[in-house]
Amino acid sequence: MCLAIPCRVVELRGDEHALIDVAGMRKEISLALVDGVGVGDYVIVHVGYALTRLDPEEAEKTLALFAELGDAALRDAAGGLH
Amino acid sequence: MKYIDEFRDGELATGLAAAIRQAADPARRYHFMEFCGGHTHAISRYGVSDLLPDNVRMIHGPGCPVCVLPIGRVDMAIRLALEAGVTLCTYGDTLRVPASDGLSLFKAKARGGDVRMVYSSADAVALAQKHPEKQVVFFAIGFETTTPPTAVAIRQAQALGLKNFSVLCCHVLTPSAISNILESPEVRQFGTVPLDGFIGPAHVSTIIGSRPYEFFAEEYRKPVVIAGFEPLDVMQAVLMLVKQVNAGRAVVENEFSRAVTRDGNLKAQNLVAEVFELRRQFEWRGLGLVPYSGLRIRKEFAAFDAERRFAVDYRSVPDNKACECGAILRGVKKPQDCKIFGTVCTPENPVGSCMVSSEGACAAHYTYGRYKDSTGVPA
Amino acid sequence: MSEAHQEAGQKGGVRKGYVRPLDLKNGRVDMTHGSGGRAMAQLIEELFACHLGNDYLAQGNDGAVMPAAAFGAGARLVMATDAHVVSPLFFPGGDIGCLSVHGTINDLAVMGATPLYLAASFILEEGFPLADLARLVESMARAARDAGVPVVTGDTKVVEQGKGDGVFITTTGVGVVRDGEDFSGDRARPGDRIIVSGSIGDHGMAIMAQRESLGFSAPIESDTAALHGLVAAMRASGAQIRVLRDPTRGGVATTLNEIARQSGVGMMLQERALPVKQEVAAACEFLGLDPLYVANEGKLLAVVAPEDAEILLAAMRAHPLGQCAALIGSVHEDAQHFVQMTTGFGGRRIVDWLTGEQLPRIC
Repeated sequence: MCLAIPCRVVELRGDEHALIDVAGMRKEISLALVDGVGVGDYVIVHVGYALTRLDPEEAEKTLALFAELGDAALRDAAGGLH
Repeated sequence: MKYIDEFRDGELATGLAAAIRQAADPARRYHFMEFCGGHTHAISRYGVSDLLPDNVRMIHGPGCPVCVLPIGRVDMAIRLALEAGVTLCTYGDTLRVPASDGLSLFKAKARGGDVRMVYSSADAVALAQKHPEKQVVFFAIGFETTTPPTAVAIRQAQALGLKNFSVLCCHVLTPSAISNILESPEVRQFGTVPLDGFIGPAHVSTIIGSRPYEFFAEEYRKPVVIAGFEPLDVMQAVLMLVKQVNAGRAVVENEFSRAVTRDGNLKAQNLVAEVFELRRQFEWRGLGLVPYSGLRIRKEFAAFDAERRFAVDYRSVPDNKACECGAILRGVKKPQDCKIFGTVCTPENPVGSCMVSSEGACAAHYTYGRYKDSTGVPA
Repeated sequence: MSEAHQEAGQKGGVRKGYVRPLDLKNGRVDMTHGSGGRAMAQLIEELFACHLGNDYLAQGNDGAVMPAAAFGAGARLVMATDAHVVSPLFFPGGDIGCLSVHGTINDLAVMGATPLYLAASFILEEGFPLADLARLVESMARAARDAGVPVVTGDTKVVEQGKGDGVFITTTGVGVVRDGEDFSGDRARPGDRIIVSGSIGDHGMAIMAQRESLGFSAPIESDTAALHGLVAAMRASGAQIRVLRDPTRGGVATTLNEIARQSGVGMMLQERALPVKQEVAAACEFLGLDPLYVANEGKLLAVVAPEDAEILLAAMRAHPLGQCAALIGSVHEDAQHFVQMTTGFGGRRIVDWLTGEQLPRIC
């Protein structure tokens, strides 16, 4: 229920703030809830605060899994195994 | 948009839909509750149900903080604005919630109340700082995702030595709500609400981690899969749940591994523990009194507690008798089962909590799914 | 010489013919500018008439007398009016001045009319800087000139500070439509195709981006534009256009629902076909808004007979204001008049009427 989206950190600013970018849209948000975030990282932003870093490796793995499971199922279906 | 668009890919959806169809046992039905309003919204907005086989159905849960916010709490906010003359800052979601006496925060604003919409709790603090002559109250609603931002705001106000900032705390807890549903007679004893598993909230889990759900899986023998908010995440979670049910397993799995860990965000958790404590019980709209399910501000931060600063107390307001929100929130009834759905109770004129927010089960069905009840057939 | 000038010349001790000109740099609107006296006359002459200048305004009368041009048998008058209360007054891509000109021209254009004349009435707030007012009027004048539609008469009132939002502008337009060439919202039929002239949500998000309380910056510009030239090109293509409408407040979703109801039909849209600029999509994601419900000020929706869809699309794309025109859906029979959409994901959903106001949300 919590509207939050992955945003790219483009600039670190004083007082635990950062400038983030999503497809050209930019906003200053707070990093008070996270540690060790650097420029280029992706963070999930909710009501002006970064909640956590997004792990790019896990993201890739998840997408790859979708594709793998999907392909297998479509092959099976096409092969008339069911 | 990176990490968003890829998780909405229609082709991958076709693949996952096929995988679910193959995994689902045609001899049985599967019922999964998506707890979180964000998932309800994603399912409706993308038409995910159309891609699921007929024997896999979603039940909408109570994870919409606006929907479960009791009228009495909105009344408090309105009284603060109209009677105590405060500058009431709130998220956009609460503005149109109908409260007592035909009022809402929106209408209170029309009556002269200083009600301001803010995007962030930090904006409310900034407002208080900029206007020392005004008493600024921040109406804090939301589950565990939204609580840490309120904690930061209170600490910030303390650091700035603000004398004119306080918070009306209505934060609630997810695990308590899940317990409440699982303990409900229809689920626990009668089995009239077949509930085979849960899709766990996405962003709440980034904060609390996956650990808190392990209790439910063990105690109630229901699998929980934490899913991201994008439609592909939801489908993958459904697939994982179907597989667990087939295998007779009931464990917590994490589909949203790119943002959720078992421990969650400890920094945020500690901050929340520092500022807030549990209320012994808290009334939820539609669910009644739920023990240890809501938060209040600790004594150490009493100076920032609007309930202590102002003479506003909570008065419980019952819902309309015809309203079936309670049953709908617990998954016992569907929106279409409610006598006043779509007639008296519409998004323009919401009577109950499920219609109030765009993520409530009734609002979602009305806005996105109502056509399914119609006879119109596209060419 | 204006009355103000003449009178000044008669007073003893004041140099004949001299009137202190408006301080357009640092001056502000005050209550006398609306009182009907000398100050108002000066405001009109030195600011309004000076920029909007045309023969009608120069007559200086309470109303403009225009020739009723002969447009052939069955030609009919079309009139439209629009109040403009946008805030902020200046935004990327435009301002309330040109917006007020474009808005009313577009209302006439989608009726099938050739816009002829505009009237403009201003409600000014006491204290509003004259420099800003001059900028707005210049912008209006430029918009009117570029569109070839003069502002022939106007009115000015001033309200006390705090009772206005700087400037409110109401424009009324008059145009003429030939017999059989008018469009009406009840003409959509099953089988018809739905076309949008370009990217959606630009104006609304450009405005949102300016609202300080939301604090985000995005390179989004309002799409405000006069569409009568595009409409003329569309008509010249010979396509059988059933309905034309500009999706302003409430966005494409609201306008399509209106047409569906008026025509007694249902619609099916294809989400993948909707043109949305990346930054607009991102801004909407961030705030929890749906581009289908966000205002546009330089776009139009056309419902066209299916066999003419391609011709119309080509004609639109050949025009500068229709380069990104896209076929976004079709009309079918539906007793419930639902507007539905096949999502990019593959499922189906309803695109309902807007409920209340779209507000940024946390949920």
